[in-house]
Amino acid sequence: MIINHPLLGPRDAAEFVYLGDAALIERPDWQARDAAEAFYEYGYLRDNPAGKHAELWYHEQGDRSWLVVTRDTTTHEITSVEMARDVARAKGRSK
Amino acid sequence: MSQINRISGGQIDRAQEVKFTFNGKWMRGHPGDTLASALLANGQRLVGRSFKYHRPRGIFTAGSEEPNALVELRKGAHQEPNTRATVTELFDGLHANSQNHRGSLEHDLMAVTDFLSPFLSAGFYYKTFMWPRAFWEKLYEPIIRKSAGLGRLSMQEDPDIYDKGYLHCDLLVIGAGPAGLMAALAAGRSGARVILADEDFTLGGRLNSETLEVGGMPGARWAKEALVELAAMGNVRLMARTTVYGAYDHGVYGALERCTDHLATSGGKPRQILWRVTSKRAVLAAGATERPIAFGNNDRPGVMLAGSVRSYANRYGVTPGQQVAVFTNNDDGWRTAADLVAKGVHVPAIIDVRDAPAVCDVPGARHIRNAGVVDTVGRKGLKSVTLTDGQMIPVDCLAVSGGWNPNVHLTCHQRGRPTWRDDISAFVPGRDLPPGMAVAGAANGAMTLAAALAEGRAVANAQIEALGFKPGKADLPRAEDEPRDCVPYWHVRESTKRGWLDLQNDVTVKDVKQSHREGFRSVEHLKRYTTLGMATDQGKTANIPALAIMAECTGKTIPETGTTIFRPPYTPVPIGALGGRSRGRDFRPYRLTPSHVWAKNNGATFVEVGNWLRAQWFARPGEKGWRDSVDREVLATRKSVGICDVTTLGKIDVQGRDAAAFLNKVYANGFAKLAVGRVRYGLMLREDGIAYDDGTTARMSENHFVMTTTTANAVLVFRRLEFARQCLWPDMDVHLISTTDGWAQFAVAGPNARNLLRKVVDAAHDISNEAFPFMACGEVTVCNGTPARLFRISFSGELAYEVAVPARYGNAMMDVLMQAGQEFDATPYGTEALGVMRIEKGHAAGNELNGQTTAHNLGMGRMVSQTKECIGNVLSQRPEMLREDAVKLVGFRPVDRDRGLIAGSHFITKGDAASMDNDQGWMSSVAYSPSLGHSVGLGFIKNGDTRMGEIVRAVSPVHGTEMEVEIVSAHFIDPAGERPRA
Repeated sequence: MIINHPLLGPRDAAEFVYLGDAALIERPDWQARDAAEAFYEYGYLRDNPAGKHAELWYHEQGDRSWLVVTRDTTTHEITSVEMARDVARAKGRSK
Repeated sequence: MSQINRISGGQIDRAQEVKFTFNGKWMRGHPGDTLASALLANGQRLVGRSFKYHRPRGIFTAGSEEPNALVELRKGAHQEPNTRATVTELFDGLHANSQNHRGSLEHDLMAVTDFLSPFLSAGFYYKTFMWPRAFWEKLYEPIIRKSAGLGRLSMQEDPDIYDKGYLHCDLLVIGAGPAGLMAALAAGRSGARVILADEDFTLGGRLNSETLEVGGMPGARWAKEALVELAAMGNVRLMARTTVYGAYDHGVYGALERCTDHLATSGGKPRQILWRVTSKRAVLAAGATERPIAFGNNDRPGVMLAGSVRSYANRYGVTPGQQVAVFTNNDDGWRTAADLVAKGVHVPAIIDVRDAPAVCDVPGARHIRNAGVVDTVGRKGLKSVTLTDGQMIPVDCLAVSGGWNPNVHLTCHQRGRPTWRDDISAFVPGRDLPPGMAVAGAANGAMTLAAALAEGRAVANAQIEALGFKPGKADLPRAEDEPRDCVPYWHVRESTKRGWLDLQNDVTVKDVKQSHREGFRSVEHLKRYTTLGMATDQGKTANIPALAIMAECTGKTIPETGTTIFRPPYTPVPIGALGGRSRGRDFRPYRLTPSHVWAKNNGATFVEVGNWLRAQWFARPGEKGWRDSVDREVLATRKSVGICDVTTLGKIDVQGRDAAAFLNKVYANGFAKLAVGRVRYGLMLREDGIAYDDGTTARMSENHFVMTTTTANAVLVFRRLEFARQCLWPDMDVHLISTTDGWAQFAVAGPNARNLLRKVVDAAHDISNEAFPFMACGEVTVCNGTPARLFRISFSGELAYEVAVPARYGNAMMDVLMQAGQEFDATPYGTEALGVMRIEKGHAAGNELNGQTTAHNLGMGRMVSQTKECIGNVLSQRPEMLREDAVKLVGFRPVDRDRGLIAGSHFITKGDAASMDNDQGWMSSVAYSPSLGHSVGLGFIKNGDTRMGEIVRAVSPVHGTEMEVEIVSAHFIDPAGERPRA
């Protein structure tokens, strides 16, 4: 597979390490009243769709960027690649 | 043996002779021959035995689809089984042996299996070897193993080297026949970067095997001229002997280049190269493969595909027989007859299943229309064929054509399905091609020469235009649309004898019918029940006829019956090529510590730790085993001073205004208030609350920390920290750099550690106990100005420091430390002594942080802060993980001090049975303590912290041992912690 890195252009997938569902960005609030339940879901429950899936890839043999790659799990078609930091900010994770 | 079947013409160099052996017999051929063409030239018709029935077999095709002519090539360690003679280039001194027979090829003792064939039909494995179950291992499997399996391995290590490489192009053209050449010309002339790859050693595809003209000259000559033009283009790379074997995601193709297989020796060069080709677009011009017609005893040596017979005659100047009949269901078969007769070979008959007039005039040949072949005679070589009307025709070769199948394989590698075309009775590529791929020529169903040339140019132009290139001006050379009429005709129904479909796996028409009767009707079931289409040829000649017969049985059409899924590789790829250079010592990279040379020169035994080679111990003369060395190293360190290279621990430089706040989030214990110039032990949790990694982190300045991790987790911790930094807290001002390789770090441990370091650290730096106490850190200089970092931390439990210098000084630093330490009897120590001392001190390591234990288990539960946000603290508070009767890390010693503890033992309360129900915990680390003179251990036991002094049983069912052990403090030496603070 080729991943079109937003900063570095098309790179071979072998340079990356795969983590999984990009929902891992959305770490719950540790002080929320339901924190234990929320962290349980965060830690153990993942979607596993047949189709479009936003997932985290780490450019370990490259610039060490974490990326959010939207990939069709049935065809490997990649429809978007974003910097995970930008996604995190968009999800309101700025301090 | 002389070349009795050599005829005129062909692309062989008759001026030179090449000698080779087959089954030990010397034969001659010419450069340009394949092993198969040379064998045929020498009149060697019998070349092997079939897989199941050990039937005599000959050469069937002239290409990579060959099911029969598999040989063991070369000798000794270079011996390679199952090599197809049809694609093996002849070289001087080639040795080939036939395979799959016991005794000689001519008198195979296993041929008796042919008479047992009524019992060996489809599915016989599943029926015969079912019961009794006990027979399987002792009887059935040895018998099957002995009689199955084609060639033999050399059982020696492969002496050749293999390589891997990466290529990039705008357009990859797969196949260098008329369509591929035309595509490459069009794209090349437009300036696109083109790779043209073909499995053959002579590019040109069928043009080399035909007498058809292109642009007013013989096709083979046109191909040569096109190749000269392409070779002169700087933007075109020609790759002969290169099979594109797989179409992978996003325009990536796998290709195998056979670099030295055509030479007697590889001469130290890579034998084969596995290429990963990244293309923007691709044109598949893989041509077509001829298919046989099934009839009685159609597997005899001498029965061949008609197009292949033509190849041997036109390209190699060889006729496979002196009397060659043609049996065909299409016009193309007639060309074989015409070309042979033109070369003076006698063709007694053309047997056409169609009731149609002659396609062309073939002098001397009888045209027998509306007929078929029902049987053949000649066990080890064809003698005659019997027709449907009963007449026998004496022949020594029968050229059979059942039509041509487009080579759609690569179009299906991403689950694409081919579609059926009635007009050519064949599957052509479907719509869902791999993205970026287009198909041209015979592979796309354009079965005539003129059509292939035109389509090659048109498809390439469309592909490069999409990439922004201006289509080339390549003129289309003149060529004819030769007659290609073909009727669907798969097997001769009148035939009562076994008719073979899959020659390689001995699958007959009867087997397919039986598979249908027994309910295995889906093509995937058919394949697995009968083994149709398996092994080296993957059914390239067999699949479609078998499918057609299954369709006949079910009353469905062929497209309704479907095809099996094609998967890479197109032709076999050796494991050696897939492995490339990653073999033996180079299976994966390994890293050397900065003091590796010193250690090697000083008697170190090395051990792999992660990717590192670390000194395990330093043996001295007179020491009888590793224990002698390790005990001495421990005692010398505790008595005076020892030195150990600890570079392999992960080091991460953490800098930024938010560095302290960031560390506070990734460590379970607090880091925000760590003073500058101090070091703290840190424990990391996983998000689920399990202990993950530990280490020390030093605050070098307000915004600069140096973190250490365990050796094993150095990469993973760094990855996690980057995740935390970019994904969880994206706006923290913190930056990370791995400096594991940047600094060589040495532990200097023992009562004389400070005295030694005073001689090395420059005098300007006060390292007295007052100025530089336990857990202090700072930047210093050593050896008159060399920058260094000093940390007063202790893994051994002694007065200890770790001193770090830039990695390039590491080996010299080891020398300096040892020389300065001479007066203290300084001793280098390895990982074993390191381990012994940490167990004596009760420090947890990998065996304790094993991914199942919590801070609570480790006795560090109170370190986990609940007053700050940090990874893992929320889920670490789940009730089950905080159980009062949870296992706790404590020390153990044997009641009988002479006994050695065993790691992995489980603890059982005295008086209880040794069962899982009574399991109290486990021993995680053990060592012989030379300091105490007996074995010591660390382990986890329920409520361990409240059971000091209790005697329990340590049971190891694996070792069959049991002993009484006493629960003690994990701190076997210096429990008050005075030594490191001295």
